[in-house]
Amino acid sequence: MTASITTAEGARHTRILGMGSYRPSRVVPNSEIVDAIQSTEEWIRTRSGIIERRFAEDHETVQMMSVESSRKALAHADIDPAQIDCIVVATVSHLMQTPAVATLIADELGSTPAAAFDISAACAGFCHGVSLASDMVRGGSAKYVLAIGVERLSDITDPTDRGTAFIFADGAGAAVIGPSEVEGIGPVVWGADGSKYDFIRQQQSWADVLKMEKPSMPHLRMDGNPVFRWASFEMAKIASEALDRAGVTVDDLDVFVPHQANMRIIDAMARTLKLPDRVVIARDVAYQGNTSAASIPLAADALLRSGEAKSGDLALFIAFGAGLAYAAQVVTLP
Amino acid sequence: MASTEEIRSGLADIVNEVAGIPADEVQLDKSFTDDLDVDSLSMVEVVVAAEEQFGVKIPDDEVKNLKTVGDAVAFIETNQAA
Repeated sequence: MTASITTAEGARHTRILGMGSYRPSRVVPNSEIVDAIQSTEEWIRTRSGIIERRFAEDHETVQMMSVESSRKALAHADIDPAQIDCIVVATVSHLMQTPAVATLIADELGSTPAAAFDISAACAGFCHGVSLASDMVRGGSAKYVLAIGVERLSDITDPTDRGTAFIFADGAGAAVIGPSEVEGIGPVVWGADGSKYDFIRQQQSWADVLKMEKPSMPHLRMDGNPVFRWASFEMAKIASEALDRAGVTVDDLDVFVPHQANMRIIDAMARTLKLPDRVVIARDVAYQGNTSAASIPLAADALLRSGEAKSGDLALFIAFGAGLAYAAQVVTLP
Repeated sequence: MASTEEIRSGLADIVNEVAGIPADEVQLDKSFTDDLDVDSLSMVEVVVAAEEQFGVKIPDDEVKNLKTVGDAVAFIETNQAA
């Protein structure tokens, strides 16, 4: 006889129950960046909208910043760490390849034996994490999931590279995702285009680093103009698609939280999307730089804390970066 | 097919919208970066808008060759005719 396998049963709807973020203590103004790239504060500001960024100190590790932001998200959600069934950490700058940093974070939070793993989707990582988390809750694999985006890009950025030195920064953000009575996380629109793999990349593979006479950290490199074009225009189409899939329009939207890559990309996307003036646009990049996977939760959390956005607001998240990978979804803010 | 002057004038409106430069300053002999102060990111925006308006494809590799307004107008003219 053949035994039948039970089908897991999940929640019909999901939402973000709480968010939290962590900003490293050291504020780094443009004046600290300019000498190494032979540039000016004005050039950085007009190129990127960045006025200052945060770099982590030694004790502000990927694990530490993740735990701090997660504790705030758990408190905001009013969920005990022991109730978390899974922790998904999106990062490209945890310099220990295995095991996943998620396991240490789970243990420090008191969530063990929650499933815990890292994902590599670069700047698009947080929106990938939210999508996975939501699907787990819907699929019955977990009731409460913690999705974290965290980076210490200052460790892998070349301070003398004019294309990236003034852009990348450090930080962490987290969201607790769980079941909901009404829909709070719209269908994800996501994808990747490996034909543009070289646009943003680690300069050399670890194998090639080991072949070097004097092995040194392989830094991030980026081809700015093609990335700007792809992000500003192709990603606006993805953002529109996410609105369509969620069954809403720009007129229903309260908040727009794009990946905080560059103010010029944010402005170009907002223009292309024809967002109504009343839509609050996250512009955290001015004071936080580009923190890759951490940028959306950092920016969304800042808007919630400042009161510019409020609980129940309809927000559009869109994240994009190396891969080139992207993900977008409409969510209700916690 | 748009004439040289129609392309220049259309491009001038785009440069005005993207970079806030008065449209009548956008003449064929003007350099985008040196004379009009259009930086490389604004140039990408100009190119994308021009592609849409004139129905041409301007590849990333080609953009760096478009130093003057005249270069861009000539590229668009040739490629829309092709």
